[in-house]
Amino acid sequence: MITIDGQTFSFEPGETILDVASRNGIFIPTLCYLKGATPTGACRICLVEVDGARNLVASCATPAGIDMVVSTDSPRVVKARRLNLELLLSSGYHNCLVQDMEPDAWTDLQLKGLDRDEHKDICPAYGECRLQAFAVKYGVKTGRFEPKETPYVFENVNPFIARDFSRCILCGRCVQACNEIQVNNAISQGYRGSRSKIVASGDRALKDSDCVFCGECIQACPVGALVPADVVFKGHLRTDEKKVRTTCGYCGVGCQLNLHIYEDKVVRVTGVEQSGPNYGSLCVKGRFGYDFMTHPDRLKTPRIKRNGEFSEATWDEALDFVTDRLRRIKETSGPDSIMILSSARITNEENYLAQKFSRAVIGTNNIDHCARL
Amino acid sequence: MTNPIKDIEKSDAILIIGSNTTENHPVLSSYVKRAKTFKGTKLLVIDPRRVPIVRHADLWLRLKPGTDVACINGMMHVILDERLYDEEYVRSRTTGFDMLKKVMERYTPEYVEGITGIPKEQLVEAARIYGKAGAASILYAMGITQHTTGTDNVKSLANLAMLCGNVGIEGGGVNPLRGQNNVQGACDMGALPNVYTGYQKVTDDSVRAHMERAWGVDKLPKDAGLPVTDMMQKALEGEVKALYVIGENPMVSDPDLTHAKKCLENLDFLIVQDIFMTETAQMADVVLPSASFAEKDGTFTNTERKVQRVRKALHPPGEAKEDGEIIRELSERMGYPMKYDNAESIMREISEVTPSYCGINYDRLEREEIHWPCTGTDHPGTPCLHMDRFTCGLGVFHAIEYAPPAEVPDEEYPLYLTTGRVLYQFHTRSMTMKSDGLNVLAPECFVEISVQDAEQYQINEGDAIKVVSRRGEIEARAKISNQAFTGTVFIPFHYADAAANTLTHAALDPVSRIPEYKVCAVKIERA
Ligand code: SF4
Ligand code: SF4
Repeated sequence: MITIDGQTFSFEPGETILDVASRNGIFIPTLCYLKGATPTGACRICLVEVDGARNLVASCATPAGIDMVVSTDSPRVVKARRLNLELLLSSGYHNCLVQDMEPDAWTDLQLKGLDRDEHKDICPAYGECRLQAFAVKYGVKTGRFEPKETPYVFENVNPFIARDFSRCILCGRCVQACNEIQVNNAISQGYRGSRSKIVASGDRALKDSDCVFCGECIQACPVGALVPADVVFKGHLRTDEKKVRTTCGYCGVGCQLNLHIYEDKVVRVTGVEQSGPNYGSLCVKGRFGYDFMTHPDRLKTPRIKRNGEFSEATWDEALDFVTDRLRRIKETSGPDSIMILSSARITNEENYLAQKFSRAVIGTNNIDHCARL
Repeated sequence: MTNPIKDIEKSDAILIIGSNTTENHPVLSSYVKRAKTFKGTKLLVIDPRRVPIVRHADLWLRLKPGTDVACINGMMHVILDERLYDEEYVRSRTTGFDMLKKVMERYTPEYVEGITGIPKEQLVEAARIYGKAGAASILYAMGITQHTTGTDNVKSLANLAMLCGNVGIEGGGVNPLRGQNNVQGACDMGALPNVYTGYQKVTDDSVRAHMERAWGVDKLPKDAGLPVTDMMQKALEGEVKALYVIGENPMVSDPDLTHAKKCLENLDFLIVQDIFMTETAQMADVVLPSASFAEKDGTFTNTERKVQRVRKALHPPGEAKEDGEIIRELSERMGYPMKYDNAESIMREISEVTPSYCGINYDRLEREEIHWPCTGTDHPGTPCLHMDRFTCGLGVFHAIEYAPPAEVPDEEYPLYLTTGRVLYQFHTRSMTMKSDGLNVLAPECFVEISVQDAEQYQINEGDAIKVVSRRGEIEARAKISNQAFTGTVFIPFHYADAAANTLTHAALDPVSRIPEYKVCAVKIERA
C-alpha cells in the first residue's frame, strides 16, 4: 500500500507514483510526461514530496513503494513547482501572460519578440497551452528572470508543421512521441546547455529529414512550440473551436479523430487520445488532409449532360431524369441490365440502403464496390 | 483481421507480406514498430520492394513479383522438415494435413530459390523465425490479393498460420489490412453481388425469404449478381446498360483503363454521385453532388471489424446531399419509400436483419468498442476470431501449388511493373489532390527504378521516361531508388494524368475476381 495525500491505495509492481495517483483521481500536474513512453523527468513539474526523502522527486519517474507516504500539494511542492514554472516561462517568448502585465514591466526582449513576424498575433496555443494553464493555476507571472533569446529561427518551410524554437521548453515530449509512439525516429535532443534544441536528423529542416509529418509531435507539444502551419496566423482562439469526434475517412485503420471547426470550416484535426485503435496518433493524411472538405471545387448542384455538355439542374429535375431512365431501362432490358457500384467511402448505413435499393427496388443483385480495386 | 490491432504488440513474431505498412496503414505500422523496438518482437518482411518498414526488419526476403505461394510453401517445407509446427493444434483443430505435407515436399529451399530468387539460407531463417515464435501474426494487404493467384496466396498464408497454431490466439492471426476506410463495412452491409448483410447468401432460399419479409417485397432476385470487374466486360457486350456509381472513380482505379473507358462509353446511362467532378463523373449523363464523411452521421467498420461512429461536423456545400438521402429520394420516386428518422434508425434495421451486427446500436457505440460478430445487446463483441473453433468446425488446409502470374516479362516487355500507393496521396487522389500541402510532398507521378536498371537504360534521376505495356503507355519522371528490385519498376496509381492503370493487366483471380494490379510486363525508354 502507498499513502498519497492521506489516502491509501494498492498498486501493481512497476507503477509509478503518478500512475497510482492518476488512477485514483488525484491530480498531479505534468508537462513532459507522455503515456506509453519512457519517463524523462525533464520538466520537474510533477514533483512530489516523499516522507523521509531529502529531495522532492519526479512522480512520473519514481516507482510507487510499499509504505511510501506522498504529498502532492504540500507548500514545499507548490513552491518548487512555481519556481520551475517561472523558469520555464522565462525560457523564451511566452508572451501570453506578459500581455496581462503593466506595459512598463515588459522587458525589451519581449517587446522585440512581439515584433517578429510570427509573433504579431497571440500565441497559437493560447487557451490550450499547459504551461499557461499551470502558470494561471499557480499564480505565476513572468518578469523575475530575464528571458533568454533563442539562437534558433522560426521554421515554417514545410506545409504542415511550424516550429517555434522560441517557445520550446525542451521538455522532450515531442521526441518521445516521435521515437517511442510513432517510432519514426526523426527528431532528437541536440546540443547542450543554452544551445539545446530539438533537432531533426542532425539539425536539418523537417522537410529534409526522416519526418513523415504524422504530427504526433504537435499533439504532444504542451506549449506553442509545435503547431500546425495552418493555424499559426489564424486569428481565432482555440477555445472558440467546436470539436466533433469522428472516424478518419482515409484508410481502414479507422483512427478516431476530432475535427476542430470554426465558422463551418475544419481548422485543424487532433487524434482522440482515450480510445483505440490510435490513442491519439494519426498519420499525415488523417491529420492534415482535410482541405478537400471545404474546397471550392466541391460539387454543389446536380448536373445533367445534354448534347455532350453539362448543365446545372435542380434536384427534382435530376432525380426525375434518373428515375425515368432507370425505369425505362428496367422495363425494356430487365433489372439485371442495371448495375450499382456502391462505395467504401460511404457509411454502413448508406451501403445498406444502396444494396436494399438495388435488390428490393431495382430487383438486381448487380451491386458491388471497390474492395477489389 | 482475425485479431484486433492491439494484438500486434503481443506477438512474438510478425510477418508482413505484400503490405507497404508505413505508407498505407501508418498508424497501424507504429504498433509493429513499437513491438519490434521495445518488445523484442521479431519482424519479417516479404516484399519485392524495399518498402520503408524493411528498415525495422530482422529479415527481409525479396521475392520476384507474383511468387508468393512458392515462398510461403517453401517456409512450410522447412517448418515441416524441422518439425517446428504445432502438432497438437494440427491434430485437434485442422484437417487436410497429410495432403499439405505431401504437396510441400517439393518446395525445398533450393527449388523455391529458383522460382522466387530468395537465397535458400534466408528462406530457412525466415521459416525458423516464424515457426519458433510463440505467437506469430501475419499482416498482409493488396500485395497478396491483387494477383491472379490472390485467393491461393491468402489460403497459403492461412495454411502457414494454422500449421504453427497461430489462428485463434492472442498475438496471432491472419490479418488483411483494408486499404479504404469502409471497405470492411461495405462488404458487411452486403454491397456485394452474392450476399446480403453479414455475408448471408442471396442464393439461400430461407435467407431470401427472411429479407423479403423484412423489406416487405415479393420477390428478391435469386441469382448472384456481377462483380464490378466482370461488369465492365458486360457493359462492353451491351448486357449492362445502366450504371449508378456512388463515390468511386473507376476511370483511375480500374485496371487497363483504355479498355475500362470503352466499356463505360458503351453504357446507355451513367449516373455518378460524388463530392468532386472526378474522371468518371466527366463521363456521366447525370452527376449528383454528395456529402463527405465530415458532413454526415453514421458508422464505418475498420479493418479489425470494429464498428465506429461517424459524426456530422460540417454542412454539405451548396445543395449537396448525403448519399443515403439521395438513395432514399430515388427509391421513393421509384415507388418504394424508405422511411427512416436518421442514421441510427437505419442501424436499428441493420441489426435486425444481420446476425453478426445484432447487438450493435448507437447507444453502445457511445460507450464501448465493439468488434463484430456481436450477436446480442449483452454480447461484448469478438475482437479475436476462431478462438475455440473455426466457424465451420475444423480449419482446412488447402495444399496449393505455385502458378506464375498471368503476364511475365519477355523479350519485348522485359520488366515487371508493380503498382501501389504513396504516403502523401490516397487512392484516386480525388481528396488528397485538394490539399496543397500533400501535393507539395508528393506532387507528381514517378517511376521507381533500381540503380542497376537506371544504368542499363542510361536513365538519370528526374528524366522523363516512357513506360509501355501491351495495353498502353504513360510518361513520368524516373526516381532512382534502392527501394526498387532490379528488373521491376514501381509506379503509384494515384495520378490520373499519368495513370499507372493504363498499363496494368485486367487478368482476374478466378475466385475473388480481383485484377492482377501487382504484376504485368512493361518496357521503358527515355521520353
Ligand atoms: S511529424 Fe511525426 S515524424 Fe515528424 S517529427 Fe513530428 S512526430 Fe516525428
Ligand atoms: S489517420 Fe492515417 S492511419 Fe489513421 S485511419 Fe486515417 S489514414 Fe489511416
